[in-house]
Amino acid sequence: MPAQRRAGARVVKLKALSSPMPKDEALDERQIADQRWSGWMAAAQSGDRAAYSSLLREIVPTIQRIARRQGVEGDHVDDVVQEVLTSIHKARHTYDPARSFTAWLTTIAQRRAIDILRRTSRHSKRERHAPLAYESYAEPGQEPDRPRDEADRARILGEAIGELSEGQREAVEHLAIRELSLAEASRLTGKSKGALKVNLRRAMKSLRSRLGGKL
Amino acid sequence: MSENESMNEHENIDRLIDELTGELTPVHRLWSPWVRAGLWIGLLLAVAAYFSMTTDVAAMLHRLGAAADMWLSVVGSASTAILAGIAVFQLSLPDRSPRWALLPLPGAALWIGASGMGCLRVLIEPASGHIAVADPNDCFIFIVGMSIPLSIIMILMLRRAYTLRPNLTAIVGGLAVASAAATLLNFVHPFNVTISDLAVHALAITIVVSANRLLGGNLLTPAK
Repeated sequence: MPAQRRAGARVVKLKALSSPMPKDEALDERQIADQRWSGWMAAAQSGDRAAYSSLLREIVPTIQRIARRQGVEGDHVDDVVQEVLTSIHKARHTYDPARSFTAWLTTIAQRRAIDILRRTSRHSKRERHAPLAYESYAEPGQEPDRPRDEADRARILGEAIGELSEGQREAVEHLAIRELSLAEASRLTGKSKGALKVNLRRAMKSLRSRLGGKL
Repeated sequence: MSENESMNEHENIDRLIDELTGELTPVHRLWSPWVRAGLWIGLLLAVAAYFSMTTDVAAMLHRLGAAADMWLSVVGSASTAILAGIAVFQLSLPDRSPRWALLPLPGAALWIGASGMGCLRVLIEPASGHIAVADPNDCFIFIVGMSIPLSIIMILMLRRAYTLRPNLTAIVGGLAVASAAATLLNFVHPFNVTISDLAVHALAITIVVSANRLLGGNLLTPAK
């Protein structure tokens, strides 16, 4: 297949690049990595799982670096990594091996980092630093008006689920509430099992932080 | 982040990579945006060829030749349809610059400028504007009606792509569709360049672009 031939040609080129020729020394590591990744992606487009696995593992530090450069901090960096890997999986047919893989990856990573920053900024806007208010509130679980009956709990949980992003809500509904298998949920939603798992994990994290001691 | 949480995140990433690798299937690479833009332009030419065979082209050319602003306006709308068509397929790819959205602006500027000149001409020299006049409602119905199948085709051509800017892509796609419909209108509806006529055209084009932005923006948003 043409893609495999191109990938093969890139591997040959890569081997030539790694040979100790003075002319090749001009190519810096990034260019070599870009050519290697481009070859792996072309092979992945043809279904080569080994190349794909190597590619995804090798680009993780680059994605983390891009995310940090965009201003993403802490554990959100790994959220960006997971979103970028999922995006790459879904967009892999759009990659043109004649173009730079690093540029393709960078644009996707920057965009996903901005998405995460917007999402976390929306969350932080809802939170206020108010030590006095904090002191004057009862411990979670100790409030006199804490809703205890099942209807209240269901309502609160329903509202919290309603505030999740569409993908997260879908994952909670299919996997946690309807208790479908990953394969069934994947078939129903058209999303990959990996994406569903990531969404469910994020949804649980988000629900835990939103509900705190309410239930 | 604690050491345990960090380890969990790395395990999650490893697991995700294993899953994505396990799900990997061969894919057909998306056609080049130039090829897809060529198909879009080819489609418009085919529709134009159909209209040229079924309508009075000589009358249309005579009408357009009556004043420079008339044919300049057609050149403007046609070039907007072509340039927006080229831009939208570039924007549909994740690694292309959002500046592609600026490509149709020269065509749009010519289109709007020539239409404005037409308005002025009719105000200064009213007799020159009274050519065969079509009902502005017919123009509105044609632009909106023609835009529906063109929008469906445009969205189908874009759906396999993976745009990181679905709203911008949908707006440029809407502009490509609306300007194509406005260009094709010349074949079937002789229109007068009065302010009311142009207002109807502008309204129809705004509706088409907004509908594309609302519907297309959602349809083109990639699932995460």
